[in-house]
Amino acid sequence: MADPVYRAAPVEALRVERLGELTAIFDRRSMQTHLVVSPLPEILEAMSGEACNAALLAARLAASFDLPDAAETRAILGERLRELASLGLVEPA
Amino acid sequence: MRHSTRIAVGPVQFRIGSDWRAPVAALERLYAAYPQDAARPADATVRLFAARPWRRWLRPSVQIGGDFVVPDALPLPLSMGLLAAEMGMNLQVALGWRRHLLLHASAVARDGRSVLMSGVSGSGKSTLAALLGEGDWRLMGDEFTLIDPASGDALAFPRAVSLKNEAIAEMAARVDATRLGPLLAGTPKGDICHLIPRADAVAAMHEPARPALLLFPRFGGATAIERLGEGEAFVRLTEASTNYTALGEAGFEALTRLVRAVPAFGISYPDSAAGLALVEQLWAEAER
Repeated sequence: MADPVYRAAPVEALRVERLGELTAIFDRRSMQTHLVVSPLPEILEAMSGEACNAALLAARLAASFDLPDAAETRAILGERLRELASLGLVEPA
Repeated sequence: MRHSTRIAVGPVQFRIGSDWRAPVAALERLYAAYPQDAARPADATVRLFAARPWRRWLRPSVQIGGDFVVPDALPLPLSMGLLAAEMGMNLQVALGWRRHLLLHASAVARDGRSVLMSGVSGSGKSTLAALLGEGDWRLMGDEFTLIDPASGDALAFPRAVSLKNEAIAEMAARVDATRLGPLLAGTPKGDICHLIPRADAVAAMHEPARPALLLFPRFGGATAIERLGEGEAFVRLTEASTNYTALGEAGFEALTRLVRAVPAFGISYPDSAAGLALVEQLWAEAER
């Protein structure tokens, strides 16, 4: 399956504040506020402003989290990357 | 405009102009005890004007204007000129104010700390604040509360309290008749009567109060308390703010700080007495 690469928003473009279960993200470029839940904040943090595909993300996240079967993880991460792209927080590289 | 007046409510200096004398006279009566500063430039302008020139005399109807206008707002009959003036003042602040984060919330203060009560029309936030303001609380406002982005403090906006329907009789039984404005019957929001805040609340209107408790009241139903997480309080307050988007990152920062610092609860109550008891109970717990 195709595993497209996404470029994360530059770290300085976002202000990320954890508010309990929710995370509020202020995008300084669009002036929009996004409210997201796990694992979207963790994905953005793992991308740390760089370009990533689901496979690279899975490898980075595996260092901090106990992740299930690799193929399943990649599929889920690919889905979450598309969601982040729809919010404008990452964009296709 | 033929008739005009200036009113300072909290940090906002209004200039109100009108084609008719009556709404200005009614405002001057409600706001007679508020501080006057004729030299200070106006922050917001409200204009009440005749929808058509002949309408000033023939079946007069009041159109609301000012720095900001709502294109589809229907004119009100002249008998509701005071309501038009109050709506105009709210509108100018809701749409134009940028110095503070504006929350659609009532507020009361005690010992320099405040309770903010946010809710839609009918939630009872206005009545609760008015009742608390007759006890040992300082009424800060029944409709809007301003949050200073720099300090996080709440600032008062104690305009005349807009009592609606059942709340009118409830307050009339407790306060001197001289503190009530004329009864405006059958307005689009039902019956309305304005209550002049207590003199001490007006005198203290420039004193900020640190937010200590955030409530989302809901009138009706059994007494209930629900603790709200920071995220939910944040979402509800972005919806309750008329200028959150316009303030950009300053608004984001002010709101995240507020919901982290202040415990938030949803409360339901069947009557005013139960509502007041809930506020006092949660206040006592927040103080510990």
